[in-house]
Amino acid sequence: MPDDVLLEARGVTRRFGGLTAVDAVSLELPRGAVHAVIGTNGAGKSTLINVLSGELPASAGSVLLLGEDITHWPQPRRARHGVGRSYQRTTVFPRFSVLENCRLAAQAHRPRAWAVWSDADRDETSLALAHEAMRRTGLTDLAARAAGGLAHGQKRQLEIAMCLATAPQVLLLDEPLAGMGPEETDRMLSLLASLREGHAILLVEHDMDAVFRIADRITVMVDGKVLATGEPEVVRANSDVQAAYLGEATL
Amino acid sequence: MTRTLPVALAVVGLAVFPWLGGKFYVDLAMTVMILAIFALSLELLVGRTGLVSFGHAAFFGVGAYATVLLSSKSAAPSLLWLLPAAMGAAALLAAAIGALSLRTRGIYFIMVTLAFAQMAYYVFHDTKLGGGSDGIYLYVKPVMGLGSAVWLDLDHPLPFYFFTLGCLAAVFAFLAMLSRSPYGHALAGIRANEQRMRAAGFSTYPYKLAAFIVAGALAGLAGFLYAVKDGFVNPEILAWHQSGSVLLMVILGGIGSWRGAVIGAFAFVALKELFQSDVVFGAFARHWQLLLGLTIIAAVALMPNGLIGVAAQLRARRRASATKIAHAG
Amino acid sequence: MTLATFLVQCLNALQYGLLLFLVASGLTLIFGIMGVINLAHGSFYMIGAYMAYALSPWAAAHLGGGFFTALGIGLVLSVAFGYVLEWMFISYLYEREHLQQVLMTYGLILVFEEVRSILAGDDVHGVAAPAWLAGSVPLGGLMTYPVYRLFMSAVCVAVAIGLFFVIARTRLGMAIRAGASNREMVQSLGIDIRFVYRVVFAAGVALAVLAGMIAAPVSSVYPGMGNQVLIICFVVVVIGGIGSIRGALVAALLVGIVDTFGKVFFPQAAGMLVYVLMAAILLWRPEGLFRHA
Repeated sequence: MPDDVLLEARGVTRRFGGLTAVDAVSLELPRGAVHAVIGTNGAGKSTLINVLSGELPASAGSVLLLGEDITHWPQPRRARHGVGRSYQRTTVFPRFSVLENCRLAAQAHRPRAWAVWSDADRDETSLALAHEAMRRTGLTDLAARAAGGLAHGQKRQLEIAMCLATAPQVLLLDEPLAGMGPEETDRMLSLLASLREGHAILLVEHDMDAVFRIADRITVMVDGKVLATGEPEVVRANSDVQAAYLGEATL
Repeated sequence: MTRTLPVALAVVGLAVFPWLGGKFYVDLAMTVMILAIFALSLELLVGRTGLVSFGHAAFFGVGAYATVLLSSKSAAPSLLWLLPAAMGAAALLAAAIGALSLRTRGIYFIMVTLAFAQMAYYVFHDTKLGGGSDGIYLYVKPVMGLGSAVWLDLDHPLPFYFFTLGCLAAVFAFLAMLSRSPYGHALAGIRANEQRMRAAGFSTYPYKLAAFIVAGALAGLAGFLYAVKDGFVNPEILAWHQSGSVLLMVILGGIGSWRGAVIGAFAFVALKELFQSDVVFGAFARHWQLLLGLTIIAAVALMPNGLIGVAAQLRARRRASATKIAHAG
Repeated sequence: MTLATFLVQCLNALQYGLLLFLVASGLTLIFGIMGVINLAHGSFYMIGAYMAYALSPWAAAHLGGGFFTALGIGLVLSVAFGYVLEWMFISYLYEREHLQQVLMTYGLILVFEEVRSILAGDDVHGVAAPAWLAGSVPLGGLMTYPVYRLFMSAVCVAVAIGLFFVIARTRLGMAIRAGASNREMVQSLGIDIRFVYRVVFAAGVALAVLAGMIAAPVSSVYPGMGNQVLIICFVVVVIGGIGSIRGALVAALLVGIVDTFGKVFFPQAAGMLVYVLMAAILLWRPEGLFRHA
């Protein structure tokens, strides 16, 4: 049973003028578990990830990393302390090679930016992390390819690889399965399963089948609020959740 | 990004040029080299980091004015402290302007850099600091020496030519090395997608500020050389036309390439000479800015990747037709 | 400083600020709605001044009118000119990066400057204010204030009110505001977005030209005037926030006050105070006072 909580959200709220996109959401991300957040479009899922990762400041509430309050930390600082994320819309660097994409992400942890005489392409630390990230996501054969020329599924894998290259403890993944066919989805799910040990994973997803296959815990969001949270079967049986998804054949 | 053979050839070519060309063309070559350093410094900002600055002339101007103002009127100042001092003055201004401007993004950044450069222009134009709109003279050119022995006297054209060439080569090599370093790679990442870099853990502001300061210092070096070459500075070198010209050089040569910046400087000087030539345009040469304006519009519209981009396209087309011939045969 | 002198400076600050607003509003509107940064905007101001200089005698000789007839003709010409310029040139800039827009419109400035030099020479010219506005109004006991400057302020205020009304209350204004946030959506609703853009650009040009024309009697007509006003307008737009007309008004008045009173209290540093103001605001609010209002 997973014990230590890596990332915790307590009453996180985010307002945009009159609109409350995230309303007092609390959840825990323990090590060794996959926590899925599902909900209809506009439920506030992406905004939640943005607040947890530090891209957007919280209007109220707090975010804790290993018990430490990081609510006012800027995003780069959170990333350096182990909060990694991937994006819903692919944000790989199209002109760089797959290897360089991962290596550059890994470089964030050992910047030594003043060492202008050294050659980045020979930096052992970042290269090692990059190769490891590519190995886990199955991209080693594509290392020299320009990221812009990859197929969609491969780009989504690279998106995860870049997140892994920063050696995070917490992975905040925003719709990693977006636009994937069944084969690619299987590959991605087995990757996520292999990542479960040692990491805390937050997964925002629309693909219900995939969610029920991989998640240890599910939180359902509607209109920015948490509707239900718990183990998958409990959530599935919850009548409020069923009502909210009335007509959704996949549930 | 650098192909060694053409670069080496260019250096050799420039090195023997003083014995090949007439005085007018050698002087022009010196101008091209100085502007090439200026353009390279802006390429670091625009091409490498993605920061479009429309106020880069401020650092060129401050470097030039510092050179003149810090020199004594009687004895030849020593190169060994004057050059770093001029670059330092430019770097200091870049630190101040950069710290404020980099709080803005995108279009704001362009406007703010323009506005601050204009402020620097007014400082030199309206106050007594630099002799006002008339400008000031450099009375004695700097030398490099120890005690009474003079090793390098920049008052003489040949030593100055080679000193400038040496500076250009050093700046080029430095920037090439910077590109390969982790810092250079980080700048490239910031240009591609700053948000993604932040998500990976890079605090991007210090990286950008450092690039801004280095670019400012290098522009100051170009300013130093400019002041020594002609022995005269006036506020127009800080005017926004200067900022616009150096931006044009960078885009003319091709953004994203160090060679492009040098080529762009050469192309700009060549075009300006052409448009101002009485021989070609007669009395209309007075209105050379009209042709320059039309050229800028045409260049940006038709050659968005600059001359380097055009060369690459031609090479690609030649390769494609060679493949076609190979397949047909 | 006596009360009367203070009042005079206040009115000067107001007049200068309102004139800046006239020019800056066009700039911020064009950028806010179409996303195009147009460096040549200052050139329109210059064109306006030169038109006032060239058209007044012509209008007097051929049409029997004077300054106001010239104003009318100038406005019509500027709308036509703006419409054609958008169609032939500016519309190609919408999809381009900022750097390309900056450089292409910079090239346009050079072209305008030289054409002006060819057509009207490089001398400084004066333009006479219409006779019935040329007098002065008494202020307090000792000072007087030129009526023409009050007229300038009045015109600017009228235009400002007109602008707010059009943008907030008319269907065209709605289309403009909608086009600013979602271009494709507006097009799919059957509104011709290209027409809207053309109208907005022509209006921006007309605003700058109008400013130049009414400023001519006070500032005279000289070669560098467009560039000078452009950079100050950049400062206004940066302080006010791009795309915000309200911001442009507040910022323009701020700049007017700082510049006018700066010249009085710190004559040495007068030209620089506006930039110091900009730096101070940037430290506090990097995106201007009213972003996207």
